[in-house]
Amino acid sequence: MMTDEKKITPEIIKAHGITPDEYDRIVKTLSREPNITELGMYSVMWSEHCSYKNTKPVLKTFPTSGPRLLVKAGEENAGIVDIGDGLAICFKIESHNHPSAIEPFQGAATGVGGILRDIFTMGARPVLLLNSLRFGKLESNVTKHLLKGVVSGISHYGNCMGIPTVGGEIYFHECYEGNPLVNVMALGIMPAGKIVKGKATGEGNPVYYVGATTGRDGLGGAAFASRDLTEKSKEDRPAVQVGDPFMEKLLMEACLELPETDAIVGMQDMGAAGLTCATSETAARASMGIEIDIARVPRREEGMTPYETMLSESQERMLIIVKKGKEKIVEDIFKKWDLHAVQIGEVKSGDRMKVYDHGELVADLPAKSLVDEGPIYIREEKRPIYLEEAQKLDLSKVKEPSDFKAVLKKLLSHPTIASKRWVWEQYDHMVRTDTVFYPGHDAGLVRIKGTKKGIAVTTDCNSLYCYLDPFEGGKIAVAEAARNVVCTGAVPLAVTDNLNFGNPMNPEIFWQIRQSANGITEACKALKTPVTGGNVSLYNQNPSGAIFPTPTIGMVGLLEDIDKRVPSHFQNEGDLIFLVGDTQNEIGGTYYLMIEHGLQKGLPPRLDLEVEISLQEFVLEAAREKELVSCHDLSEGGLGVALAESCFGFWKSLGAVVDHLELTVRKNAKEILREDALYFGETQSRVIISVRPSDKESVIKRAQQHGVPIYQIGKVTSDDKLQIGERISGSVSEFKSVYEAVIPARMK
Amino acid sequence: MKATVVVFPGSNCDSDCFNVMKDVMKADVQYVWHKEASLPKCDLVILPGGFSYGDYLRTGAIARFSPVMKAVKDHADQGRLLIGICNGFQILLEAGLLPGAMLRNKTLSFICKHVWLRTDDTNNPFTNKFKKGQTILIPIAHGEGNYTCDDATLKGLQDQNQIVFRYSSEAGKTGEEFNPNGSRDDIAGILNQKRNVLGMMPHPERSSEQVLGGSDGKQIWESLLVSVKS
Repeated sequence: MMTDEKKITPEIIKAHGITPDEYDRIVKTLSREPNITELGMYSVMWSEHCSYKNTKPVLKTFPTSGPRLLVKAGEENAGIVDIGDGLAICFKIESHNHPSAIEPFQGAATGVGGILRDIFTMGARPVLLLNSLRFGKLESNVTKHLLKGVVSGISHYGNCMGIPTVGGEIYFHECYEGNPLVNVMALGIMPAGKIVKGKATGEGNPVYYVGATTGRDGLGGAAFASRDLTEKSKEDRPAVQVGDPFMEKLLMEACLELPETDAIVGMQDMGAAGLTCATSETAARASMGIEIDIARVPRREEGMTPYETMLSESQERMLIIVKKGKEKIVEDIFKKWDLHAVQIGEVKSGDRMKVYDHGELVADLPAKSLVDEGPIYIREEKRPIYLEEAQKLDLSKVKEPSDFKAVLKKLLSHPTIASKRWVWEQYDHMVRTDTVFYPGHDAGLVRIKGTKKGIAVTTDCNSLYCYLDPFEGGKIAVAEAARNVVCTGAVPLAVTDNLNFGNPMNPEIFWQIRQSANGITEACKALKTPVTGGNVSLYNQNPSGAIFPTPTIGMVGLLEDIDKRVPSHFQNEGDLIFLVGDTQNEIGGTYYLMIEHGLQKGLPPRLDLEVEISLQEFVLEAAREKELVSCHDLSEGGLGVALAESCFGFWKSLGAVVDHLELTVRKNAKEILREDALYFGETQSRVIISVRPSDKESVIKRAQQHGVPIYQIGKVTSDDKLQIGERISGSVSEFKSVYEAVIPARMK
Repeated sequence: MKATVVVFPGSNCDSDCFNVMKDVMKADVQYVWHKEASLPKCDLVILPGGFSYGDYLRTGAIARFSPVMKAVKDHADQGRLLIGICNGFQILLEAGLLPGAMLRNKTLSFICKHVWLRTDDTNNPFTNKFKKGQTILIPIAHGEGNYTCDDATLKGLQDQNQIVFRYSSEAGKTGEEFNPNGSRDDIAGILNQKRNVLGMMPHPERSSEQVLGGSDGKQIWESLLVSVKS
C-alpha cells in the first residue's frame, strides 16, 4: 500500500465532513487508518447525497411495490414500470440545488445531464424532461440572475440533447432567496426485456471507462451538496461541474447501441462521487470485488492525484462491465462515435475494491463498506415552534375584499401563477415529434410512436401547504400530481420524489421531513402509485433560514388511447362548464390569503383521500367515454384562476359566462360559504370540466354514480368575456394580458 | 419517393424526419452516417436539425467538413432535391450551397414556438402545392436563425424569387412584430438559384400530423412527392 503524502489529522477528517464516530467506523472496517484517497472515497460515499444516511429510515416507509414495477426503488439507478405492449418506462427526478445556487447555468445544465445518464444507463431512451424550479421573489436582481442562468442552462443542455422539456413548475417565494431549487426529471422508454443493470457480475469481466476525460472539475460535489450554503460557498465553485451536451449526446447514442448487442453485463453512470461511486456500487450490487488502475483513466489535466481522480465529478462519463471476449464489439461502437473506451480494470471474486495507480495500490477497501455499510442516523424530531402561531387563523378577522376582479388580476399576475411562456419557449418542447400537450397544460403528454399509448407527466408541490402542515402538504403534493395526470385522461402509475429540506440536524427540520414523508406514504398507498425512487436534497438553508419543506412529486401516468386525451382548456363555444367536487371555507394557506392579505397562515386545505379517489375515478371514466371536452384541476388561486386559465387556450382563447354559482355551489355547500372561499379558496379534489350539451345528462349521472358532487355553473362562449358570478366581469384579453406579461416584463 | 436523412453526430431531428418520411409519407427512406463518402441514389436528401458537432464554434461550421458533404454537393449539382431544416439550413449556408449566414436570434435566446409563415414562391419543387401568399403555422426551435446577407445577395434572392417563406402574421402581413429572430427581409426559407435546394429554419416535420397540433408542414412533403413523380 502506498503510504500517503498526507498524514490524516483531525482537521482533515473534519474538513471531509466525517465525524469522529464515522472515522472510527472506517478504521474498524479497514483494521487500520485510511489513507487520504480512502478517506476521500468514504467522505463522498457517506455523504447524505450518496448514502441517505439521515433519511433512509424515513424513505423506507414509502410504498415501493406494485404489479407493474420491474425495478423497485433503490435497486438500480432508476425505477422501471411496465406499460404493456412489451414496453417499459424508466424515470427519476434529481436535484442540482447547490451547484445552481453558485453557478446557475452550469449547475442546471449538468443537472439535466446527470438525470439523463441515470435513464440511458438502464438502456432506456430518454424521451422527455420536466423541471421543478424554485426561486426567491422575482423582484430581486439575484432571482433574475438565477432564473436566467438556470433556464439557459436547462435550455442549452436539453435542447442540444434533442430531448423535449414538456412541463414542470416554477415557484417564486422569499424562502428560496439564496437557496434556489433545481429539480430535474427525465423519463425514458425501453423494451421491457432489455433492462441494463448497474452490476459488475462475472469474475474476470473487463471494466471499461467510456466518454469524456477526467479533470478536477466537480471535485467533491456530493460532499459540497451535503452542507449548508454560506457566504464561503462561492469558494466552492470548483465543486460545480461543467457540462458538454454534445459529448453526452454521443455518449447516449453509443450507450443505447449496447443493449442491442450481447456484449455487456452492466452499465453505470459516473455522477455524484464519480469513479468511486460507479465502481463500488456496481461491485456491491453484484456482491463482487473490483480492481481498477487509474493510470489508464483518460485525463484532461496533468498531475492529478489518485484522490482527485477517484473523486472527480467530471461529466459525461460511464462505466461499462463488458463480457470477456466481447471487448471489440464495445470498442467499435465507441470508436464510431469518436469516444474514449478504455479498459481500466476487471471484476474480481471476493468483496474488495482495489484501486491502483501505475500498478501501485492506492486504495483497498470492501466495496460494500462504501455503499451499504455507511452510518444511518435516526435524527431527533421535534414539532416546530413556529407552527403554533402560523396555524392560527381567525377567519372573522379576514375581511372580504370589495373588488374581486382586482384580486383575480393580482393572482394571475403573481409570477408563481402567471404564464411561464417566457421560460418554456426557451426549451425545445417539441423535438422527437411526440409532444401532444405542450407546457401550460395540467400535465405534459407525449405519444409513443407505433402504439396508441401516451405518457402523461407532471411535477407538483405546494410548499406553503408543507410549511403550515407538512403531513397534509405531502399528501396533497401526491394527490394534486395524480389529479393533474388524471385531468389528461391518463391513469397515474407511479411516483418519483425529490425531498428538498433544510439541515436535518435541526430536530424541527427533521420533523418536517418525517411528516411530509408520512403524508406522501399515505397518499401513494391510497392512490396505488408506488414510489420508484428519487432524490433527497438537504441543507437547503443559509444564514437567513431554511427553505419551506419542498417534497416535490413527479407523477407518471399512462393513457392507453391517445385519441382519448383531454386538454386543459375550453375548446368549443356552447359547451357546458361544470365544477366537480364540493367547496368549503378553506382559506388557510391559500395564495389568495398570501397575496391579498399578506398572510401565510392557517391550516392548509384538508385532503380526504376517499373523496379524491372518487373524483379521479369519475374523471377517468368520463374521459374514456369521451364525454370530457376539457378538464382542469383547481389549485393555487382556486376557482377564479382555474376558470381564467381554462379560457386561455393554447391555440385560441374563448370566453365563459359562469352565472350559476349562487344557485348551485353555494346553495349546496355544507356550511355558509364565504364568497372569497368560493372564488379563491383552495379546497382540494375539485376540477372544472367542459362538456358538449348533448353529454350533459350522462356526465351528471356518471358523477352521481361515483358519489361525486357536480354543479353546472356556466357555459363557454366565443366572445372575449369572462364573467364569474356577480363579482367578476371583464374581457378575457385583459386577464390574459396580465397573466402573460408579468414574467417577460420583469426579465427585460 | 426515395429519401435519405444524413446523420451528423449532434443531429437530433434525424429520427423526426425519418419518421415523417416513413410513417406519414410512406416513402422509402434511409439514414446515412456523416462519415460515409457516398450517398445512395435517391430523389431527396434531408439535412436534419440538431446541433451537429455541438455547434460550439458556429452552427454548421464543422459539419460542412464531414466526408458526406462532398456527396451531398454532388447530389445537388446533379439537380436532385436537397432540403436543410434548421441546423441543416445552417450547414447549407456554411457549405456554400446557399448564400448568406446566420446570426444569433435578436432575443439572444433559444426560441421554440409556432410561427406563421407566408409562402412567397410556389414555382419550385418544395411548395408547388401551396397557393402564392398562403400562410402556414409551423414551429421554429433555434438559437441562431437570424438570417443575414449582403445587399447584393438579398437583391439577387428577391429578384429571382428565391425567398420561399417569410415570417408573417396569420393574415400574411410582415413586420418586426411577426419576425421572431430578426432575420433580414423576414426570411424563413430560401432556394438556391437552380431551385433544387431549400434551406428553412422552421420545422415542417414537426407539423405534419394533426395529433402534434397541426399539419401545415405536410404540404412541403406532398409538394416534393408531386415533383418527384413528374
